Amino acid sequence: MTDRLPGFSTLAVHAGAQPDPTTGARATPIYQTTSFVFNDADHAASLFGLQAFGNIYTRIGNPTNAVLEERVAALEGGTAALAVASGHAAQLVVLQQLLRPGDEIIAARKLYGGSINQFTHAFKAFGWNVAWADPDEISTFEQAVTPHTKAIFIESIANPAGSITDIEAIAAVARKAGVPLIVDNTLATPYLIKPIDHGADIVVHSLTKFLGGHGNSLGGIIVDAGTFDWSKDNKYPMLSEPRPEYHGIKIQETFGNFAFAIACRVLGLRDLGPALSPFNAFMILTGIETLPLRMQKHCDNARAIAEFLSGHAAVASVDYAGLPGNAYNNLARKYAPKGAGAVFTFSLKGGYDAGVNLVSNLKLFSHLANVGDTRSLVIHPASTTHSQLDDAAKVRSGAAPDVVRLSIGIEDKEDLIADLDQALNA
Amino acid sequence: MNHDAYDDNYIRSILNSVKSIAMVGASPVNVRPSYFAFKYLAQRGYDMIPVNPGHVGKALMGKPFVASLADIGRPIDMVDIFRNSSHIMPVVEEALSLPQPPKVIWMQLGARDDAAAEKAEAAGLKVVMNRCPKIEYGRLSSEISWMGVNSRTLSSKRAPIPTQGMRLSLNRTSFGGGQTAASDRAAKNKTETT
Repeated sequence: MTDRLPGFSTLAVHAGAQPDPTTGARATPIYQTTSFVFNDADHAASLFGLQAFGNIYTRIGNPTNAVLEERVAALEGGTAALAVASGHAAQLVVLQQLLRPGDEIIAARKLYGGSINQFTHAFKAFGWNVAWADPDEISTFEQAVTPHTKAIFIESIANPAGSITDIEAIAAVARKAGVPLIVDNTLATPYLIKPIDHGADIVVHSLTKFLGGHGNSLGGIIVDAGTFDWSKDNKYPMLSEPRPEYHGIKIQETFGNFAFAIACRVLGLRDLGPALSPFNAFMILTGIETLPLRMQKHCDNARAIAEFLSGHAAVASVDYAGLPGNAYNNLARKYAPKGAGAVFTFSLKGGYDAGVNLVSNLKLFSHLANVGDTRSLVIHPASTTHSQLDDAAKVRSGAAPDVVRLSIGIEDKEDLIADLDQALNA
Repeated sequence: MNHDAYDDNYIRSILNSVKSIAMVGASPVNVRPSYFAFKYLAQRGYDMIPVNPGHVGKALMGKPFVASLADIGRPIDMVDIFRNSSHIMPVVEEALSLPQPPKVIWMQLGARDDAAAEKAEAAGLKVVMNRCPKIEYGRLSSEISWMGVNSRTLSSKRAPIPTQGMRLSLNRTSFGGGQTAASDRAAKNKTETT
C-alpha cells in the first residue's frame, strides 16, 4: 500500500508478474495457446470492440507476453509496451503508426547495420523516406527537419562502436520539430540508460540481446513513454482520427497516455502479424530477472578488456566509451555512469588480414552475428553485419574494414583476456 | 493537491469508497469512450446513472438517461464529467448546488478545469482531472496488465479471477507516487505548447 518506488532489481524480478490467478503458479506460466474462450457473446463483442481488458488471440495479445510487456515498461519508466517477434518488427510496427507514403524520418547514421538496411531498402519500398543525420553533429538533425518529418530515430549506445548518443540534445530537436523521438535502447538496456528520463517518447529494443541475454530467443519490444500529444497537429491520423478498423474509435482519445502502445497492438501487430511466441516471452522474462547482475558484469568485463587491448602492441586503437580519453567518455559519464555497455570495436595494426586472423584464432570468443549473449562474441562488421554498405558508409557507421567488434560476455575476465592475448600473439 | 501526478492511494481511496456515479455526457454510441467507461464501471458493480439531456427517454445498459444532475433525485457519491474542459464549470456548479452534493468530482481523460477544481475542493470535495476511472480501476486492480500497460503495482498475492459484476481488489503495493517523470514531462509539454 505504500507508494514507494521499488528499485530496478526488484522491478526486474517482479514487475508485471503476479501469481497466476487460476493455479497459483509463481513463475509466469507459458500460455502456449493461440486463442482464448469468451464468457459470452457480449464479452466477445466487448473485447473485439476494445471496450474490455482481456485476451482474444495471441497475435493481438497473450498473458505471458503481457507480463514481459509490463516488466519492460516498468523498467524503462513508460506507460505501456508491446512485445513483438524481433527488434526489426518493433521498428516496422512503430513507423507504421507514424508514417504515410511520402513521409520521412530522420535517423542517426550510426545504427545497427540491419536497421540501416531496413530503413534504406525495405521502408523505402513503402514510400517512407529516411534522412540521415550525424549524432556527433546535432545541427545535422535540425537541418534535416522538413514538413514531412514524422519522427527522429537514434540508438542510445550505437552499434557497432558503442558510441554514446546525446539523447537530450536530440530530444530538444524533436520537441522543437513537434515529432516524437524514438530511441533504440538495445545495447544499453534500461539498467544503464533510461531514455525516457532524457526525453525519448518511444523506446524500442531487440530483446534478443542483453534483455533476454542468453542468445536463445528472438524478440522485440516497443515502450510508450506516454509523453507525446498525438492529436495536436493532426499529423498522426492512426492515433487522432476515427479508425475504420474499429467502427470509428479514436485511439488517443480512448486510451490517453498509453495510446501509442495500443495503436501498435491493435493497428500494427494485429494487421501486420509479427507476434512473439509465448515461449520466447518466457525465456526473455527469465533472462530479465538477472539483467542488473549480468549487465554490471558485462560492463565490468568490457572495461577490463578494453584496458587490456589498449596496452597491447598489436592493437592500433580501442573505441570504448568507458575509457578515459575516448571521444564519448564525457557522454558515457553523463548517460551511463554504471558502465558504457559491453559492445565495442578496436582496430589492429595489421589491418584487415590481422582482423581475420584474430577471429579465426580465438578459442573462447564465438564468431557470430549477435551481441548481448552471456558468451563473449566477436565479429568483423565490414564483412558481415555492415557488408551491404558501401565503403564510405562503412567508415561513417564505424565499421571500417580493419575494425573488429566484440560483445563481452559474463565469463571470468582473466580467461577472456588470455584468449585475446593468445590470438593476438598467434 | 498536485493535479499533474496523483498519488495512487488518493485514486484508490476514491474508487474504493464511492458506490454511485453519475456520468455527465454519457453516450449510447458504443464506440465512444464514455460508453466504454460506463459499461466497465457498471460491470464492476458501481451504481451508474447516465446524464445527457440529448438522450432522455433512452437507457444505457438498462439505466434510464436523465437530463441533469438535479433530475437524479437522490444523493450520488461521484460525478464523472465526460465533457470538454470548457463545459466543466457549469456541471461543477450544478453539482455543488444539489441538496446533498457529491463527494467526488472526476473529470475525464483530456478534461481539466483548474478553477472548477478549486471551487469543488473549497467546498470539501475530492477532485480528479484528466484521468479515466476505467483505466485507473483496471490499473490498480492489475487487470489492465493484460494490455501490456504498466500498472505500477506489484503483488506476491494470488489475485481472484475477475468475473462478471465482480469488484476487484485495488489493495496492491503501488509505486504510483514515484515514477512520474514521464507524466510530469507530458504535462509540462502540454502547457508549453498550448
